[in-house]
Amino acid sequence: MDFLNHTIVSWTIFLPLLGIVALLLVRGEKQERMTALIFTTATFLLSLHLPFHFNSAEGGFQFLQRIPWIPAFDIHYTVGADGLSLWLAVLTTFLSVLGVLVSWKSIKKNVKAFFILLLLLECGMLGVFFSLDLFLFYLFWEVTLVPMAFLIGIWGHERRLYAAIKFFLYTMAGSVLMLGCILWLYNLSGTFDYMTIRQQMASGLYHLSPGTEMWLFLGFFIAFAIKVPLFPFHTWLPDAHTEAPTAGSVLLAGVLLKMGPYGMLRFDLGLFPHAARAAAGWIVVLGLIGIIYGALVAFVQPNMKKLVAYSSVSHMGFIMVGVFTFSLIGTQGAIYQMLNHGVSTGGLFILVGMLYERRHTFDLSEYGGIAKVMPIYAGFFIWIVMSSVGLPLLNGFVGEFMIMLGTFTATVAHAHVYGMVAAVGVIVGAMYLLHWTRHTIWGELANATNKVLHDLDRREIFVLTTIALLTLFMGVASPYFLNKTSATTAQVVQPFQPNPAVQSAGLVVRQGAGQ
Amino acid sequence: MNLVPTEFYLRILPEIVLSVFALLIMVIAGPARHGSRARVNGWLAFIGCLVALAAVMVQAAHPGDAFSSMFRVDDFTIFLHVVLIAATAVIVLLAMDYLPQQGLERGEFYALLLFATVGMGFMVGSVELIMIFIGLEISSIATYVLCGYRRHNSHSTEASLKYFLLGSFATAFFLYGIALLYGASGTTNLYQMASQGLHISPDGISHAGLVLAAAGLMFIGLGFKVSAAPFQMWTPDVYEGAPALVTGFMSAGPKAAAFAVALRVFYVALQDSSATWFWMIWAAAILSMCLGNLGALRQTNIKRMLAYSSIAQAGYVLVAFAALGAQGASAVLFYLAAYVAMNIGAFAVISHWAHREERYVELKDYAGLGFRFPWLGFCLSVFLFSLIGVPLTGGFFGKLYVFQAALHAHLIGLTVIALLNSALAAYYYLRVMVYLYMRPQEQPIECAPFTAPLWLAVASCLGVTFWLGIFPTQALDFAVKSAQQLLH
Repeated sequence: MDFLNHTIVSWTIFLPLLGIVALLLVRGEKQERMTALIFTTATFLLSLHLPFHFNSAEGGFQFLQRIPWIPAFDIHYTVGADGLSLWLAVLTTFLSVLGVLVSWKSIKKNVKAFFILLLLLECGMLGVFFSLDLFLFYLFWEVTLVPMAFLIGIWGHERRLYAAIKFFLYTMAGSVLMLGCILWLYNLSGTFDYMTIRQQMASGLYHLSPGTEMWLFLGFFIAFAIKVPLFPFHTWLPDAHTEAPTAGSVLLAGVLLKMGPYGMLRFDLGLFPHAARAAAGWIVVLGLIGIIYGALVAFVQPNMKKLVAYSSVSHMGFIMVGVFTFSLIGTQGAIYQMLNHGVSTGGLFILVGMLYERRHTFDLSEYGGIAKVMPIYAGFFIWIVMSSVGLPLLNGFVGEFMIMLGTFTATVAHAHVYGMVAAVGVIVGAMYLLHWTRHTIWGELANATNKVLHDLDRREIFVLTTIALLTLFMGVASPYFLNKTSATTAQVVQPFQPNPAVQSAGLVVRQGAGQ
Repeated sequence: MNLVPTEFYLRILPEIVLSVFALLIMVIAGPARHGSRARVNGWLAFIGCLVALAAVMVQAAHPGDAFSSMFRVDDFTIFLHVVLIAATAVIVLLAMDYLPQQGLERGEFYALLLFATVGMGFMVGSVELIMIFIGLEISSIATYVLCGYRRHNSHSTEASLKYFLLGSFATAFFLYGIALLYGASGTTNLYQMASQGLHISPDGISHAGLVLAAAGLMFIGLGFKVSAAPFQMWTPDVYEGAPALVTGFMSAGPKAAAFAVALRVFYVALQDSSATWFWMIWAAAILSMCLGNLGALRQTNIKRMLAYSSIAQAGYVLVAFAALGAQGASAVLFYLAAYVAMNIGAFAVISHWAHREERYVELKDYAGLGFRFPWLGFCLSVFLFSLIGVPLTGGFFGKLYVFQAALHAHLIGLTVIALLNSALAAYYYLRVMVYLYMRPQEQPIECAPFTAPLWLAVASCLGVTFWLGIFPTQALDFAVKSAQQLLH
C-alpha cells in the first residue's frame, strides 16, 4: 500500500498512455471501443484511491513523487495531489469514462484515432492537475491542447476547421505568455519546482517590485483567463463547443475549462498574492459581466449547443467571483462549483448530443414536445437542467450558495454589490435554462419528424443515471467533498485575510454551511 | 624543414575522409551510372559519412590547433561536426529514395553533398578568416550546383542562378568585412584578435569605426547564408525551385555552419565591441521572426511555406545570439541541433511525397494523407509540432532554452516578441495538419513505396527530435561545454 501511495499519481496519469499502446495493438472497431472503455474505467477506479487515502487534515501536497529529469535546468518530474487537485482529477477520470460511452455510436470514422486522442487528452488533463513542477505543468498544459484541437477538427461539425484553429491559436497565444513568465521565475529562482518557488516568493526573497509582480501575475492570468473563459476572452468557446463532438464538448466544458480557475488558484493566488489582490476588483467585475452577459446571450440562442456553451461562460463567471473575493467559503464554493459545473454541464452536453444523434440538428426551433416521444429522456433532461439551475438538494445549489455567501461576507470593497449582481445572475440563469426546457421538452409536438424519435437505450440511460445520481449525491453530501478541500483552501486564502480572527470566523461559517 | 605533425592530419580527419569518399564517388560515378549500379554511389556516400563520424571521434581525441593555428579542434568544432555530418548522412539516405523517384540518380549528387560538408567542416573548425572564407566557398559552390540539379526544370535552374548571383554578392560583403578586420587588427586569426583587443591596434589608433563596419559587412554575408531578414529575399524562390531534398539540406547544414562562423567571429573576435553590434543582431532577430512568420501565413506551397518558416527559425536563433555570453552561445548550438533534426525530417516527408517532377508540393495535395498513410502523417506532424514548439519535442526545448537565455540577459521586449511570434507561427504549421487530417482528399494520390533508406532517415530524425525534447541532458551538457570552450 505504501508503494501505491507513492506512485498512485503517476499510475493515474500514465494509465491512459498504456491504453494508447493497447489501442495501437488491437484491431476492429468494437475491440477498440472496449479497450478505450476498459482503460478509462481502470483509470477512474485507480483515481478513486486518492480520495480514500487522502488525509483531509493536511493542506499540503500528498502522494508526492519526485524524480530528477533534466538536471541542467533543475527540472524534476514532481507530481502530487492536494485538496485543490484531488477532486478535479477524479472528475477528469469520471468524465473520460462518460466521454468514451457517449462516443460509442456517434463516432463512426477513424474510431481508433479518436480514442487514442481521447486517452491522450485524459493523460494531459490529469498531468495538469498533478504537476508540481512548472516545466511539467506547461508540458501537460500543451499536451491537452493538441488532442482537443484534433478532436474538434476531425470529428466536429460543419465549421470544425475554423473552430479547431481558433481554439488552438487562442490557447497557444495565452500559453506562450505563461511560458515567458515561467522562464522569468526560473531565472529568479534557478528551479522549476513549484513548492520551492512558492516558498521563496512568500518569504520575499526576490524583492519583486509591484510592477514586475503584476506583469508576472498577468502573464499567468491571461493564459488561465482564456481557458476559463473570462469575458472578454470567451469568443473561442462557443465555436469550439458547437463544433466539437459530444465527448469533446463534455471534456472541454467539464475539465479543460477547470484548468483555468485551477491555475489561478494554484499559481496566481499561490505565487503572487499582492498582485492578485490589486487586480481582484477588475477580475470580479469581468466575472460578473460574464455571468450576466453569458446568461443573456444564452437566452437568445437558437442553437442548443451554443446555449449550453454560453451558459458555461455564465457559470464560470461565478467561479471567478468566488476565487477573487478571497473568502474561505467563497473559494470553497468556487472549487465545488468547478466540480458541479463539470458534472452538470457535461450532462447538458451529453443530452444535447443525444438529441443530435437522432435529429442531426442543434436548432432549437426544430424541437418541442420531446417529452411525449422520449419520456425517459425528458426526465433526465429536467433533472440535469435543475441541477444546473441550482435547485436545492442538487449540486449546483451548494456551490452557488457558498459563492454568494462568501461574496457577501468577503472583506474586499463593494462585496455587497458583487453579491447582488451575482444573485441576479442566478435568476437570469434560471430564465434561459427553463426557457430552453419549455421549448424542447414541453409544448406541442409540432415537428412531424420528431414523432418517430426513439427513447434512450440502455447505454444512454446508464450514462445519464450516473450523472443524475452524482448531482444528487453532491447536493446532499457536500461535506464529504468539501472536508477534503478545506485545509488546502485555507492555505490558499490565508495570505488574503486581514487578520487571523476573520479567517477562523470563515471556518466557522463554512462548517455551519456544510452541515 | 619541419615535418607536419601527424596530429594535424588527425585533427582534420573528418574532412579528409569525406574528400576521399567524394573523390571515390566521382571516379566510380561514370561506370555506375544507371539502374541498380547507381545505388552504389549512395551507399558509398553513406558509408563515407559514417566513417567521417568515426573520424570525428579520432578528432575529438586530439584537441588543439593545427596548421599554423588555422584550424582548431575543440568541443565547439566537435559539436558542429557531429551535427553537420549526421545531417549529411540523413540527406544521403533520403537521396537514395528521392533521386530514383525523380529519375535523377547520378553519383555527382552525392559527391557534391560530401564536398559541401567538407566546406562546412572547415567553416566550423577554422579560427582564421581566410580558411573560413575558403570553407564557405567550398560549401556554397557545391550548394549552388545542387540547387540546379533538376536542370531540365526551369524553376530549379532559376533557383540555382538566383542563389549563385546573390550568394556571391553576399560572400563579397563577407570578404570585404574580412579585409577591414585585417586592416584593423593586422591578423586574420580570430583568437589573436580577441587577445590583442581590436579597439586599440598595434599603432595605437582606435579602429572602432573600422571594426563596426567590418562587423556589419560580415553580418550581411552571414545573414544571407542563414536567411536572416533583411537579407532573406532570395529564400522563398530558391527554396521553392531547388529540389525538395536540397532545400532540406540547405535549410539545415549551411545554415548551421554559417551560424557557427557567426559565433566564432562575433562572440570571439568581436566580443569587445558587442555593445555596438548587439543592436544589429537584435533588429535582425525581430525582423526575421516577424517577416518570416507573416510571410508564411499566406503560402499555399509547402516548400515556400517552410522557406518562410526557416527565416523565422533563423530569427529565434538570433534571439539566442543576442543574449550573448556562454548561455547565448549554447542556446544557439542546442537550437541548431534541434532545428536541423526537425527541418530535415519535415523535408524528408515532403520530398518523398513530391513524386516525380515534384508534382505534389501544394498544401491541397496533402489532404487526407494523415489517415491514408498514418506513419507518414504522424512523422510529418511530429516535425511540424516540433517547429511550433510543442513540448516533448526538440523544438520546444530549444525554444525554451532560447527564451530563457534571452530573459536571462534581460532582453524582455525581444523575448515577448519571440513568444508572440511562436504563437503566430502555430497557425501555418497547424494548417498543414488541417490538410493532413481534417480535409477530405480531392484526388487519390498514390504514394511511392517506402524504401528502407527513407525509413532509416525519417526514423533517425524522429528519434533525435524526441531525444532532444525528452532527454536533452546530454546534448545540453555538450552544448554548454562547447560554448564555454568557444569563449575561452
